[in-house]
Amino acid sequence: MPEYGAAGQGGSPAREVGEFLLRRRERIAQRWADETLFRTVFTVSREEAVEAGRAVVEALAQVAGADRSADPEAPGFLVVRDQLARIGSARTRTGVTPSQVSNDVDALRPPTVDLLVADLPDAAPEAVREATNVLTVLMGTLRLVVMETALSEGQALIDRQRLQLMEVATPVIKLWDGIVAVPLIGTLDSARSQIVMETLLEAVVDQQARFAILDITGVPTVDSLVAQHLMKTVAAARLMGAECVVSGIRPAIAQTIVHLGLDLGTVVTRASLADALGYALRKLGTDIVTEASHGAGER
Amino acid sequence: METAAGVEACLPIRSDMDLVWVRQHVRQAAAQLGFGLVDQTKLVTAASELARNTLVHGGGGRMEAAHVVRGRVNGLRLAFADDGPGIPDLDRALTDGYTSGDGLGMGLGGARRLVHEFAIDSAPGAGTTVTVTSWAVRPPHPREVV
Ligand SMILES: Nc1ncnc2c1ncn2[C@@H]1O[C@H](COP(=O)(O)OP(=O)(O)OP(=O)(O)O)[C@@H](O)[C@H]1O
Ligand SMILES: [Mg+2]
Repeated sequence: MPEYGAAGQGGSPAREVGEFLLRRRERIAQRWADETLFRTVFTVSREEAVEAGRAVVEALAQVAGADRSADPEAPGFLVVRDQLARIGSARTRTGVTPSQVSNDVDALRPPTVDLLVADLPDAAPEAVREATNVLTVLMGTLRLVVMETALSEGQALIDRQRLQLMEVATPVIKLWDGIVAVPLIGTLDSARSQIVMETLLEAVVDQQARFAILDITGVPTVDSLVAQHLMKTVAAARLMGAECVVSGIRPAIAQTIVHLGLDLGTVVTRASLADALGYALRKLGTDIVTEASHGAGER
Repeated sequence: METAAGVEACLPIRSDMDLVWVRQHVRQAAAQLGFGLVDQTKLVTAASELARNTLVHGGGGRMEAAHVVRGRVNGLRLAFADDGPGIPDLDRALTDGYTSGDGLGMGLGGARRLVHEFAIDSAPGAGTTVTVTSWAVRPPHPREVV
C-alpha cells in the first residue's frame, strides 16, 4: 500500500480528511455499496454501486482538500452532481420521501467515520476529533447537495406528471346496452381531443352504441378550440350512427359559451351525466317498448 | 386593501403547455382579486383565446398580468404581446367567423365580449399586442347606508 505520510502530521484537518478519503476510497466505496442508498439504486450490479461510490468519495476528497467542506457550491461537487441527482431521483421515484433520502445519505456517515478513526491509530485524540468534525461537516454538505439536486429533479417529475395527466388515455365507459360515456378531465387540447375522438368512435363501433355521452364536468375551460373539438367529435359520432349528448356544462361555462358567441347548434346538452343517461334511456326505451308491443301484436 | 402578490407576472407563450400555465395563472390571480366564479371563467376563457392567437398567429410571445385599481375596485389587466406578422385588417379580424386559418374565427370577437375593456395595438410586420382589463365588481351590501 502506498504511503502518504503519517496521519496527524502537517496539513490542516481538512487536508488530512481529503487525503484519507483518497487513500481509502476503495474501502469506503465498498462499505457504501452495502448501505440502503446505493443498494436500492444499483440493484443490478454491486460493481456499479462501488464505482458510483468511488466517484463520490473522490469528489468529497477534492472538496475537503480545497477546504470547502461546508460549501455545497464547491466546484468539487460539480463532477458528481449528475450522479447524485440520478441517485436521489431514482430513490424518490420509487415513492421514498425526501426525508427518507436524507436519512439514507446520513447513513453513509458512520461507516466512513469508523474508517477514518481506524485510519488514525497513532494520532492525538485532539487531531482525531478535529478530523472527525471535518468529515461530519463534509457528509452534511453532501446530504444538502443530494437533497438539492433530488428536489429540483422532483419538480421536473411533477411537471412530467402534470403533462401525463393531460395525456391520460381517456376511458370509455359502457353505461348501458347501447350507451357509452366519456368523462373528460383536464385540458382538451388538439392532441387529446384527437385521442378522445378515436377512442369514442372505436367504442361506438365495438359496442354498437346508439348514444355517446361526453361529460365535460372535469374540463375547466371551454374556449372556441375546445368547442370546435367537441362539435367535430359529435359530428363524427353521428356519422357512425350514434347520437352524442354533452353533459356537465356548469353554469359559469354556459354563460361564457354564450358570450363567446359559440353556437353548439344541434348538439344535445344536459346538465348532468345522470340527466344525459336519462335522456338516452328514454329514447332507447321508447324503441324497446315499441318493439315489445309489436311482438305482442303479432301473437 | 391588501396588495395582491402573485398577480403580477410575465409568462412566456411558446407552447401548448404554456397555455395551460397562462389559464392557471389568470384563474388564480382573478380569484385572489375577488372575481366571482362566472367572471373568473370569462376572463380565463378570454385569456385562453388571446394566448392561443399569440401562439398560433403571432408565432409566440408573452402575457403580462397586472393588478389595477379604480376607486375601490380591483381589476386584472392582461397584455398579450407578440412580434409576429401583425393584423392587417382589425375590423375583419374582429368579425365573428373570420379566420385566416382553420379556426372558428370566434376567438378575438368572443374575447372582446368576455372582458370589460379591450384594445388591440397592431400593424403589419410590427407584431400584435392585445390588452384586456376586467373588474371584480362586488355586489353592494343590500342595506348599507353610506
Ligand atoms: N396575435 C395575432 N397575430 C396575427 N394575427 C392575428 C392575431 N390574433 C388574431 N389574428 C388574426 O385574426 C383572425 C381572427 O382571430 P380569431 O381568434 O377570432 O380566430 P381564429 O384564431 O382564426 O380561430 P379561433 O376561433 O379558433 O380562435 C385570425 O385568423 C388571424 O388572422
Ligand atoms: Mg383565435
